[in-house]
Amino acid sequence: MSAIKKSVPSVQSIELRSVTKRFPGVLANDSVSLSFESSRVHTLLGENGAGKSTLMHVMYGMYAPDEGQILVNGSPVHFRSPKDAAEYGIGMVHQHFMLVPSLSVLENIVLNYPSPRWPFLDLAAARERVVAMSNEYGFGIDPDAKVWQLSVGEQQRVEILRILFRDASYIILDEPTAVLTPLEVKEFMGVLRRLVADGHGIVFITHKLNEALEISDKITVLRSGKVVGETTPCDTDKNQLAGLMVGREVVPTWQKRGAAGEKVILSVRNLSARNNKGLRALNDVSFDLKEGEVLAVAGVSGNGQKELAETIAGLRRIDGGEILLGGSNLAGLDVKQRIDSGLAFIPEERMTMGVVKEFSLIENVILKSHGTPEFASGIFLRAKKIRDSAVQAIKDFDVRTPSADVAAATLSGGNIQKVILARELSSRPKLLIAAQPTRGVDIGASEYIHKRIVQIRNEGVPVLLISEDLDEIISLADRVLVLYEGQVQGIVPPSTPVEEIGLMMTGGNTHYVVDGCEDSETPPTTH
Amino acid sequence: MSEFFQATVLLGLLTAGVRLATPFLFAGLGEMLSQRSGVLNLGVEGIMLIGAFVSFFVAFESGNLYLGLLAAILAGAFMGLLTAFVSVTMKAVQGISGIGIHILGLGLSGLFFRLTMGSISTMRGFPRLAIPILKDIPVLGRVLFNQNWMVYAALLLVPISWAVIYKTTFGLKVRSVGENPHAADSLGISVTRVRYICVVIGSIMASIAGAFLTIGQHEAAFVNNIAAGRGFIAVALVYFAKWNPLGVLAGAFLFSMIDAFQLRIQIIDIGIPYEIPVMLPYIVTIVVLALSTRGRVLGPTALTKPFVRGVHT
Repeated sequence: MSAIKKSVPSVQSIELRSVTKRFPGVLANDSVSLSFESSRVHTLLGENGAGKSTLMHVMYGMYAPDEGQILVNGSPVHFRSPKDAAEYGIGMVHQHFMLVPSLSVLENIVLNYPSPRWPFLDLAAARERVVAMSNEYGFGIDPDAKVWQLSVGEQQRVEILRILFRDASYIILDEPTAVLTPLEVKEFMGVLRRLVADGHGIVFITHKLNEALEISDKITVLRSGKVVGETTPCDTDKNQLAGLMVGREVVPTWQKRGAAGEKVILSVRNLSARNNKGLRALNDVSFDLKEGEVLAVAGVSGNGQKELAETIAGLRRIDGGEILLGGSNLAGLDVKQRIDSGLAFIPEERMTMGVVKEFSLIENVILKSHGTPEFASGIFLRAKKIRDSAVQAIKDFDVRTPSADVAAATLSGGNIQKVILARELSSRPKLLIAAQPTRGVDIGASEYIHKRIVQIRNEGVPVLLISEDLDEIISLADRVLVLYEGQVQGIVPPSTPVEEIGLMMTGGNTHYVVDGCEDSETPPTTH
Repeated sequence: MSEFFQATVLLGLLTAGVRLATPFLFAGLGEMLSQRSGVLNLGVEGIMLIGAFVSFFVAFESGNLYLGLLAAILAGAFMGLLTAFVSVTMKAVQGISGIGIHILGLGLSGLFFRLTMGSISTMRGFPRLAIPILKDIPVLGRVLFNQNWMVYAALLLVPISWAVIYKTTFGLKVRSVGENPHAADSLGISVTRVRYICVVIGSIMASIAGAFLTIGQHEAAFVNNIAAGRGFIAVALVYFAKWNPLGVLAGAFLFSMIDAFQLRIQIIDIGIPYEIPVMLPYIVTIVVLALSTRGRVLGPTALTKPFVRGVHT
């Protein structure tokens, strides 16, 4: 065991001095000075694009800073690659997991780690150490499992094990909780406390205020690449932090009015479908969506949400069941026919499915309606009409852009989402499916998107909202449908405690269905 | 009498099959390594042609077969560096640049052949090397252990490739680079270096495969386009093999047996145009490829995708 341990120095402190990092057209970090200590959880709080990840990539040797200095234990260092940072005892868990799915846990852990039996791998020696560490932290990871077989939470633990295996004393975690269920977040916080108690230093990157307040010893807020505040959880509160993140006070500009109607607009009956691997992704899914109702679909990523949206939108073949919109079955219709019958769809992959990114905003706005008499005469497009209408829509939906002629790809995520919203909502839909409408979108644009969704809900249009953000679900939903392994785990009111919804998301509790989709096998649970 | 005759024919077929599998094994195992690292080297055919010509030319002029082989290795390394530069450094579209490498190899080998030799010459290639004791095993001895040394080398490369890919630190790096180069990069592995190494080794092996077509034959000769599509079949074979050395072995034998079979059919006149058996290996390639996409084996998912840090595809 000791044979394959390298001696890695222990990080007592890391200091960033006036670190500046530019990308073409973007100033990602603007003279940031920060210091980090061991045995502390130091939270970097900020919106998407605030420069948190870039700053940490600089600290981890992935990017060289354009200006400024990094000091470890008081002496300046120059990292040319992550390997250099690792030699100083700094490890990082990235937002996109850096694991190789077809390899085993062990193989992922020893990847590019010196083998005592070079040139051959020595998995036996590594296994012993990995099992010991896994037990110590209560991870319960099978070292021989293939990574693709593991849940997201388990994969994250493999990442952490890999860092610990390399004797890192300072660990950077980039948005680690974004992919976890509430229960997993709780466990994760436990792991963090354990690591800190063992003398590790932690940088915890997040944009979730509750988490920052719960776990941090110190909070640094970043906005537009600059440090805009440093505080501790005891000296601040949610509102103040939100204000610092956004740069102004955040007040909801929308309000749900009236209860949902009784008239059923969309009725999904016994729907089954497969995923891209050919495996069953939706299993006998049934629910009703009523007039003026937001039905939010909650679930851990990969439990059928994507397939549900795509089957209704007509992008995925169904194996069985019915999709009734206003009484008529959509199942046999193609995408165009579904659009014509009043379906609007905000897809999960906004850059690949939501817009044609090389197209101008004008072209993107009329993607669906370019063939209608309003915009075309015969085979020719009516350029003037199209421009006027698109420019108006861009204005109406508050798209921040230098011009309507720029390519969609040049806009930020939030603005692209507004372009999609403009296209989908200007067709006066009968039903809106919104898949992850605010993922990766800044708070301001998120607020706006929520306002628009609630607005059409108030006008009576039903909305099927698919989201992994429980805060979003609880604030917008009239009812919450929990999907687990392609099945409806239950439909509950949004007032249900978050912990309980979280439990249902992991299949822990089958809840009695509130509305007409009876599930006779499972009795109601009492609380 | 006729039973004896049939047994002889079958034995001859098998022996020829093992011999003909050799270029598929060299080129296929090399291509597999390249693809495992995420680079589709479609220029294998062209590199084989260069290896075939260079080895024959040098061996013919110097009278030393080993010198010819060394020249093929150097030429293969050069072509590999060129391929890697275009695909890895310049991040060209690999399907298209590979066609370019093929045409380059086809043109260069033909051109230099005309400039230097002009007409078909022959020489003695590597002789058979019967392995003592093993050669006396009935059937197997004649089929497997009475070939030239390049055949044995190709067969040995199967377990060697397997061990390199699955049992060494280098193999683990190759697999990670071919599947998630971002993960490899984040751990300090140089994606560029690993891909260069794999493409160069793969190209050297393709060039050796080409050399086998000339100096690896009993009666060595170079003719224009001597590889006759074998390089492309080797690429197809890697998909058929699902990036596994044992699969490459199976595929190499499948195609070589068909090759041996069609050669025999051509000789014994059974009243069908000879073009039809000649087509056989290529038809089988198409059918096999069409069928082998079924099943859900994860290939190197970063195959043909150039690596750019921070850009997830």
